[in-house]
Amino acid sequence: MLYREAGDFKTTYREDNQTFPIKSERYLFWGAMLIAFCVVPFFVNSYWEKSVLVPLLVWSLVALGLNILTGYCGQVSLGTGAFMAVGAFACYKLMTAFPGMSIFFVVILSGGVTALVGMLFGLPSLRIKGFYLAVATLAAQFFLIWVFNKFAWFYNYSASGQITAPERTVFGIIVTGPNAAPWATYLFCLTFLFIFAWLARNLTRGRIGRSWMAIRDMDIAAEIIGVEPLRAKLSAFAMSSFFIGVGGALFFSVYLGAAEVTEAFGIDKSFLALFMVIIGGLGSILGSFLGAAFLVLMPVFLKNLFVGSLGWPTDVAAHIQIMLIGGLIIFFLIVEPHGLAQLWRLTKEKLRLWPFPY
Amino acid sequence: MSPAILNFIETCLNGLMAGVMYSLVALGFVLIFKASGIFNFAQGVMALFAALTLVGFQTGQVPFSHLINAIFGTDIHHWGGGMPTILAIVLAMGVMVLLAFLLERFVLKYLVNQEPIILFMATIGLAYFLEGLGDLMWGADIKRMDVGLPSGGSFWWEDLTRAWAPADADYYGMYIDTLDVSAAIIAAILVTGLTLFSQYTATGRALRAVADDHQAALSVGISLRRIWVIVWSLAGFVALVAGILWGAKSGVQFSLSLIALKALPVLILGGFTSIPGAIVGGLIIGVGEKLAEAYVGPLVGGAIENWFAYMLALAFLLFRPQGLYGEKIIERI
Repeated sequence: MLYREAGDFKTTYREDNQTFPIKSERYLFWGAMLIAFCVVPFFVNSYWEKSVLVPLLVWSLVALGLNILTGYCGQVSLGTGAFMAVGAFACYKLMTAFPGMSIFFVVILSGGVTALVGMLFGLPSLRIKGFYLAVATLAAQFFLIWVFNKFAWFYNYSASGQITAPERTVFGIIVTGPNAAPWATYLFCLTFLFIFAWLARNLTRGRIGRSWMAIRDMDIAAEIIGVEPLRAKLSAFAMSSFFIGVGGALFFSVYLGAAEVTEAFGIDKSFLALFMVIIGGLGSILGSFLGAAFLVLMPVFLKNLFVGSLGWPTDVAAHIQIMLIGGLIIFFLIVEPHGLAQLWRLTKEKLRLWPFPY
Repeated sequence: MSPAILNFIETCLNGLMAGVMYSLVALGFVLIFKASGIFNFAQGVMALFAALTLVGFQTGQVPFSHLINAIFGTDIHHWGGGMPTILAIVLAMGVMVLLAFLLERFVLKYLVNQEPIILFMATIGLAYFLEGLGDLMWGADIKRMDVGLPSGGSFWWEDLTRAWAPADADYYGMYIDTLDVSAAIIAAILVTGLTLFSQYTATGRALRAVADDHQAALSVGISLRRIWVIVWSLAGFVALVAGILWGAKSGVQFSLSLIALKALPVLILGGFTSIPGAIVGGLIIGVGEKLAEAYVGPLVGGAIENWFAYMLALAFLLFRPQGLYGEKIIERI
């Protein structure tokens, strides 16, 4: 009743190929966007912004990026944290070197820098794959973090080795630095996420996305039918790093404000992003969002439960939280290896037949 | 011999000792990968967990005391009186076997035939789980591991090597930690034992059969599930040994679980499926790392130990993707 193709006639190819072919799904999507863009900014406060909304948006972006590489192109990467750091440091250097440049373009450019670095570290993927490639990307993780720690040029020779985001504005509204209003940072990140999700969706169903999936499903067969592995893999690395770099730039400039590289972009961030992609669903745009939402919201929820309601010490709560995250990952992998996105697909199947399943 | 050469030898020796430790962790990886095709990321955390459990038993800590205190508002932490080291080791081993059993029962059984990446992710989940569990059971503070292994520099060796340098040279002899030496000996015994076990016992033969071909092994009546419990117990045993040695060296703390990451380049060098490969790879990484830190590090600002091993492995991969002793898989892309 709620979710039907019946009566939803398509008369053009364009309509047939749209992202949300079913009317109620389309309404749901635009309704959610309307709420996200026009209602939430009026109610968002500092707590929600800092601990829920902005991390959610930024991590969704990062998860999207990793999903392009791991989910669509089948290349496992453990270097996400380092690529985020590249985005963050590129953002910092550009912000301080060109104070007049709009923060919007700074963030986009940092993504571009990260894409170049990502392509460089994607080169080994032309010779190796699977776990070997994962270890190769770990090399990127450790090497890049070391570089950002060692060479003071990257953090402008600051004594603490930290990078701090200066105040920048969009249309006269402050979006970075400590004086930014919650609704401004939220809308800034949301705009990026909206644009990039749209980009990701259309990339992955276009020619280039199909070449990625061909490589993922069977590289030799893909090569035979004329997909160039070099181009497909490197473009996946570039595009994925671009997303992750933009995510890293936002993570640093809008969310953290000040960052120390080993702490903010360590290997745990790489794992976190990988968890999001796996739990959300490999090779699914929606999955990236669901995975990010799950892993951002769960710690907040658990912390409120254990520390806020039960009054336990924070270290005990933190240990239980790690344990639960680990346990839940295993649980999800056992129950639904294709992630939350698959659960949503099944739900839609059920809805379609409801209330008369056969 | 001139002091420069002696310094070089000393660096190499220390690298070899460090390499033995890497090999120990890598060995646990190889055991599981051979028998079940699972890339067990949790090996390092298993070492940490085993070491924590051992110290906990030894000093007589109450498990989950922090949690109990948090719930009931009590203040307990020790039940007074520890136990002899040997008993603690046996009990810790028992815990690792129990863990292997539970793991098979509740996790691995359901993940048969999944893609390798899913299994890999499950072991990362396991790593998180064990890390949280270990901290929750025994507390997150740094603990001292004392199982009676000798430690400190060897004076005998220092005196011996001082005599090798010219009398007028400014040289004070080589420093070698006796703990590292005993670690090397223990590792050698462990590897010999494992090799004998897999060559000359029925269970060992079954393990090798499963490693060769799961289906063929099943068809001749080898129980895969039993083999998995055995293999994970063995990996738990190796983790316990690695945990004891690393713990005695640098204290039982969270960073212990990160040594698993150091074992990855070792695996790349040695190949995922070869026990000798794990050992030789560990030694190469150990020596290479120490030499690089001593001779290349000063040129680029030091602290390159963190990534050097990976870069070495990466460079190696480009020329020989199957590793030193790995099975040759003819797959080009």
